[in-house]
Amino acid sequence: MGLKENILSRSIYVFHASSGSCNNCDIEIIDCLTPRYDIERFGIQLVGSVRHADILLCTGSCNRQSAPRIKKLYEQAPKPCFVVAFGACGCSRGLFKDSYNTTDPLDKIIPVDLYIPGCPPRPEAIIDGIVKLTKKLRGEV
Amino acid sequence: MTGSEILSKMRERFGGRLKEVSEKSPKRIYVTIDRADIREMTQFLHFDMGCRFNIASAVDTDKAFEILYHFTKDDAGVVFSVRVFLTDKNKPEIDALTPMMRGAEWIEREIHELFGVTFTGHPNPERLLLPDDWPDGVYPLRRDFVPPKRDDREVKKS
Amino acid sequence: MNPPNQPDFKALKSMIPIGPYHPLQEEPEFYKLVIDGEKVVDIDVRIGWNHRGIEKLSESKHFDQSIFIVERICGICSSSHPIACVQAVEDIGGIEVPERALYLRTVTQELERIHSHLLWLGLAGHFLGYNTVFMWAWKYRELICDIMEAVTGNRQNYAMMKVGGVRRDLTPDQSALILKKLDELLPKVEMLKGAVLDDPVLQARLKGVGILKKEDALEYSALGPTSRASGIPADVRRDHPYAAYGRLKFNVITQEEGDVFARLVVRVLEIVESIEILRQCIKDMPKGPIDANVKDVPEGEGIGHVEAPRGECFHYIRSDGTNSPVRHKVRAPTYMNFPTFKSTVVGQTVSDATIILAAIDPCYCCTERLTVVRAGKRKEVALTAEDLIRLCREKTKKIKEKVTGNGI
Repeated sequence: MGLKENILSRSIYVFHASSGSCNNCDIEIIDCLTPRYDIERFGIQLVGSVRHADILLCTGSCNRQSAPRIKKLYEQAPKPCFVVAFGACGCSRGLFKDSYNTTDPLDKIIPVDLYIPGCPPRPEAIIDGIVKLTKKLRGEV
Repeated sequence: MTGSEILSKMRERFGGRLKEVSEKSPKRIYVTIDRADIREMTQFLHFDMGCRFNIASAVDTDKAFEILYHFTKDDAGVVFSVRVFLTDKNKPEIDALTPMMRGAEWIEREIHELFGVTFTGHPNPERLLLPDDWPDGVYPLRRDFVPPKRDDREVKKS
Repeated sequence: MNPPNQPDFKALKSMIPIGPYHPLQEEPEFYKLVIDGEKVVDIDVRIGWNHRGIEKLSESKHFDQSIFIVERICGICSSSHPIACVQAVEDIGGIEVPERALYLRTVTQELERIHSHLLWLGLAGHFLGYNTVFMWAWKYRELICDIMEAVTGNRQNYAMMKVGGVRRDLTPDQSALILKKLDELLPKVEMLKGAVLDDPVLQARLKGVGILKKEDALEYSALGPTSRASGIPADVRRDHPYAAYGRLKFNVITQEEGDVFARLVVRVLEIVESIEILRQCIKDMPKGPIDANVKDVPEGEGIGHVEAPRGECFHYIRSDGTNSPVRHKVRAPTYMNFPTFKSTVVGQTVSDATIILAAIDPCYCCTERLTVVRAGKRKEVALTAEDLIRLCREKTKKIKEKVTGNGI
């Protein structure tokens, strides 16, 4: 079964990885699971292993220690795997671009399919972005 | 015991070894000592007077590496900052406090890797914050630190 | 576990990891637990996954810009670091901050404390297998996020602080909104308090687990609820009054046992205390300017410290009279609390490791990875973080069966 057939019959699995973040983004992602936003009603589920991931959600500004790990995580994810650059740090390294411990922006390390800007992005923005991506995955767009 | 009372006892104990005393305010007292006296001062402030070790902050100045050890006496509402100068900038060294007080372990490792100060007697001077592939001998918080070139910042091919 | 009149929260399918991502087999570890059978015999940590060089960054920016950087050290202590930072600058030159600004700083701090403790409570519930607690705590945390958004414009990262005052004032409508939301929140918190503190299963699960003895807490210079749960009555708000705390009545919450349950109790009771502090602030807030309009920072050095939800945040700033700090030292509370794991985790069982590590309420960004290896076989990864959460929940389930005679 191809990806499209697979995911029409089950939830879309999202794996969340941080490459050096302040956690606000990470918390807003988890916030989406709570009753007010309830991202699971869109058929989206956070998983505990990158090997099950359809979507790799990356927060953080890619510091030197974490950036190679993000690359490795992407390589381990089953393809196709769609990458979301999350938050100002994920999109462009944000405030931290001039730090001695920051490397390239995420989209120079792995290919990025969706950018969700914000510091942190609101849960509504997260849901909007992820739903757009999942519609694309399910071939509805 | 108030901050002033502790300071009086400190003067009794250390006498002329207190090179400079500045009572910036009732809540902020700065003293300067020789680096050889840091363990005795820690014994006095932390163990004898019951001050909490807050943190140490190192500064790279023209003439020396300066380290300020901050001790807080919570029930008196005062912060004592003990200043030492490490004047040999090629080989900055001071006794480690970690063997006396486990709360100092991390900050001594941090100052060691960010400034290049050696803490003699530290049981575990391993890297704490900097990445594994950070070059030896390059200390980011020194004034003469030159940020790595663009090429060095690229993610290593796995 | 459903309280009366509450919706039946559906089971959560998603797994909230103990950290943002999980270890790969060959990777250098972050938290490394060495186990022998069921017992943890050693624990070590490798941090640096979040090191962003904030101190050096701050030293290359203006004083005004530094505040935005320190706000993003840790998302949850998003008002504590800026307040400590501006207080350090104000300490350099003895800058007087207007009264109203001091009250506004206090309001921001206490709102942050409530939201942080609720967040922790939810995560702890999730690790233990109490997903209902997770859902409740995070749902009622939304009330606080609503307030922050109405008052500051953002749910997190408030951009409220500046040297000499605050950036935004509170309108009468916003004050009324805060009081209204607090009135909604208090009964929920009281209910959560009852559900959690009186729960015989949680008591059986968490009492006696991960004890941090008072003398160890003193040696490590532990801070915040971690140290107050071990009987050390230190709280920067009372001991070194800043903002408006010198004018307010509140209790410093301590417990004596030093175990995970004691830390839970301290945090839950602090939420109630914070609600009371907020009500006093809104009621007593004086009229007047919110900004001292500071133009220059004099030469000198200053210290600012505040009681963040996790403990004391400490900033040291040195200025040479220009508009940029010469040195900006930042010390977050978790930096001092982290090393206490040597005392609290070693000797405990592997199924308790997760909750003991979580009980210091580490800045979530720091608990990134966890590996478990068997003693003598350092290269072989025995358990993943997912396994650890599962073990943590299984132990809760066994205890529940014993205590109540029912399975979950």
